[in-house]
Amino acid sequence: MNAKALVNSLARLFPPDRLLIQPGELTPYESDGLTAYQTRPGAVVIPETQAEVIETVKLCHQHEVPFVARGSGTSLSGGSVPVKDGIVIALNRLNRILKLDPKERLAVVEPGVINLDVSKAVAAEGLYYAPDPSSQQICTIGGNVAFNSGGAHCLKYGMTSNHVLAIKAVLPDGEVVQLGSDSTESAGPDLVGLFVGSEGLFGVALEITLRLLPRPGKYHTVLAAYHTLAAAGDAVARVVASGLLPGALEIMDRLAIQAAEAAVHPNYPKGAEAVLIVELEGEAEQVAEETKRLDVLIRESGAYEVRVAQDEADRQRIWKGRKSAFSAVGRLSPDFIVQDGVVPRSRLGEALAEIERLSQSYGIRVANVFHAGDGNLHPLILYDGREPGALDRAEKLAGDILRLCIRFGGSITGEHGVGLEKRDYLPQMYGETDMDVMWKLRCAMDPLQIANRGKMFPTGEPPAMRHTGLHPLERAGLISRE
Amino acid sequence: MFRPTTVEEVQKAVREHSRILIRGGGTKPALSTPVDGATVLDLSGLSGVIEYNPGEYTFTALAGTRLAEVQALLDSHGQYLPFDPPLVERGATLGGMVAAGLSGPGRYRYGGVRDFILGVRFVDGNGQIVRGGGKVVKNSAGFDIPKLMVGSLGQFGVLVELTFKVFPKAAAHLSVQLRCPTVETAAQALYRIYTARLDVESLDLTPDADDRATAIVRLGGLPEALPARADRLRALLEGGEAIDGADEAALWRNAREFAWTPSGWALAKVPLTPRRIVELEAGLGKLQTIRRYSSGGNVAWVAAPESPQVLDGVLASLGLSGLVVFGPPGQPRIGLRNGQAVENRVKQVFDPDARFPKF
Repeated sequence: MNAKALVNSLARLFPPDRLLIQPGELTPYESDGLTAYQTRPGAVVIPETQAEVIETVKLCHQHEVPFVARGSGTSLSGGSVPVKDGIVIALNRLNRILKLDPKERLAVVEPGVINLDVSKAVAAEGLYYAPDPSSQQICTIGGNVAFNSGGAHCLKYGMTSNHVLAIKAVLPDGEVVQLGSDSTESAGPDLVGLFVGSEGLFGVALEITLRLLPRPGKYHTVLAAYHTLAAAGDAVARVVASGLLPGALEIMDRLAIQAAEAAVHPNYPKGAEAVLIVELEGEAEQVAEETKRLDVLIRESGAYEVRVAQDEADRQRIWKGRKSAFSAVGRLSPDFIVQDGVVPRSRLGEALAEIERLSQSYGIRVANVFHAGDGNLHPLILYDGREPGALDRAEKLAGDILRLCIRFGGSITGEHGVGLEKRDYLPQMYGETDMDVMWKLRCAMDPLQIANRGKMFPTGEPPAMRHTGLHPLERAGLISRE
Repeated sequence: MFRPTTVEEVQKAVREHSRILIRGGGTKPALSTPVDGATVLDLSGLSGVIEYNPGEYTFTALAGTRLAEVQALLDSHGQYLPFDPPLVERGATLGGMVAAGLSGPGRYRYGGVRDFILGVRFVDGNGQIVRGGGKVVKNSAGFDIPKLMVGSLGQFGVLVELTFKVFPKAAAHLSVQLRCPTVETAAQALYRIYTARLDVESLDLTPDADDRATAIVRLGGLPEALPARADRLRALLEGGEAIDGADEAALWRNAREFAWTPSGWALAKVPLTPRRIVELEAGLGKLQTIRRYSSGGNVAWVAAPESPQVLDGVLASLGLSGLVVFGPPGQPRIGLRNGQAVENRVKQVFDPDARFPKF
């Protein structure tokens, strides 16, 4: 590793305002949405062209210096935390929508394009980009691709990977490859599928071809309040068993509701131990018939209050409480850890009871917001980083929840990725051979292991320093954790 | 030929043979016929559904399980694989479908094999059992090896166990068929549906023998809502004949089973986009072929009476890739190729001794 020589080479490539090396300039890049980790990189480059990215990667390879590609830094698994003294490739200025082809339902974008901007760009054509992570107002497509981001509508529409058709990428040794095509079908191995979710370990995506969908003709959004969390869970089981396929099925528990009320006042029903949000969508006549069936199911599930969104503004109000729940938890606690483990849907009730038991025994509050249709939990573990030992105990509880997900036959991550946060748990989910093969794949793509070193695999540099408090963007209300 | 009935026997076979070709139901002869003396590993004995919990929308089965068995089981619970796996009636297996990467007309609405595969166990070229993905509907832990296996053509390992996501099946179906004077006009009709705010399950186009062409659109859902939805569809198409019942089912069975392909002809899959339909039609020009465009024009199925290699040049000149499914073995991949550098690196990891073919 020869960082100094590399910075000298980079100085020939980038003007001083796009090569940051002063400590003050580096501060904003030291951490991401997983605020407990912090590391100072050696330098940050801000490329404006694909050629500059390629050249930077080649130089990193030549000098054997690790690099981390970064979008808006909203990763919740520490996926974009820098490597100590390594290079950060900040891709925010590589944010051009290169091609919009509404007729073919395609968009070709650079990695720094904001998720929501894709949908905005094609809204007039009646199209949208389906994956909707809660941070979609700020997170970038490049980051979504690296971590195979999800959102509230995954049950029906899948995750990022299900919406990426082609990728032009620079591999960590500087080779530029074109994977996939404009078609939703392919001939030969699904290399796009392999690249998406590789957490930056296979290099940097330079151009991404996205599949767009026609917007649903109609939405029917229902909010149901329950006296127990178990009853809300039971309602989900009923909906799933009925043969309906809602676009979203979401549950928030009492603590999460409290937080949302304190922050954005969605005016959810008073006294609820849990609220369930169900969203049907599709052609009007189909939705109308499905609504009749859903009404019966919800009535039988014991909801004590049911509200139906009357218009789009109403619908957005219901979703606002849900989507802001995470940052809202900041009102209840100075610090928190968010996780996204998955359990089989039929074991959701058991898993929540177990989380409650752990919460009691640790004496740590845990709020729950989750994609119930997917069995995708989102426990928010509340702690105060200023209290000695509080973070350690919170992380221990978080570890217990991850082990619970594995024990139940689920996954340690549904949509945030392994990153830095869960790298010690991946070998508990997979066997030794599975891990070995994944490591060999990593090395085949990146023989020097310079791309996002230290993520996904329990190797590399020791975890970074810790600090306390919300992410600056979170404090500004720009991002939320989900 | 070896016909293992346990995963251990698969491992043993892989370790003991230097050149192996994997076969499931043998329904795609261009991919499952050995050349140059490779040993055939017949997976039809590694069969059976291991886990199915309808409330989870998932099932796990051994790779040699026939799709017909899977579909009957899912159907009894009102569920299905929404991408209409092809060649079910001819005896295709789950593993063969994944390795070939084939989806049927239903892939239009919710996605193809790649979008529904959740987990995989396979025996790699070193004879070791590797697991990728998981058994729950949402999982982003580790590299997405299950997706990599879709279309891998048996180059990386022997699939032994697969986990899939399933969906509730539509209660009723109705299709609208529009006869158009030319392929161009049919393609225009297809475009109108492609971008409309409709929930269409399948969208196919067939050039007909008389130089005319037909657009076929399938709706699925609750029976009460179908008539109104069909009316809207017909208004958008400016015509079209509504078909339901057994005739409707037969339309799509014909597509799914490739019943329209003359016996003995070769068949190739060609990924494309709707815009390229007219170009491919022109490119194929004088060659004797029968085509069917499926999944809203995202895939062309091209049947030809002679060696499919005649298509190679046409596809390459149009910048399209292809996969031969029926026809002589040897070179199933035709036309343009990309991502070869990545594929080579993956191959080196899974099969360093080149026991499996390299297509």
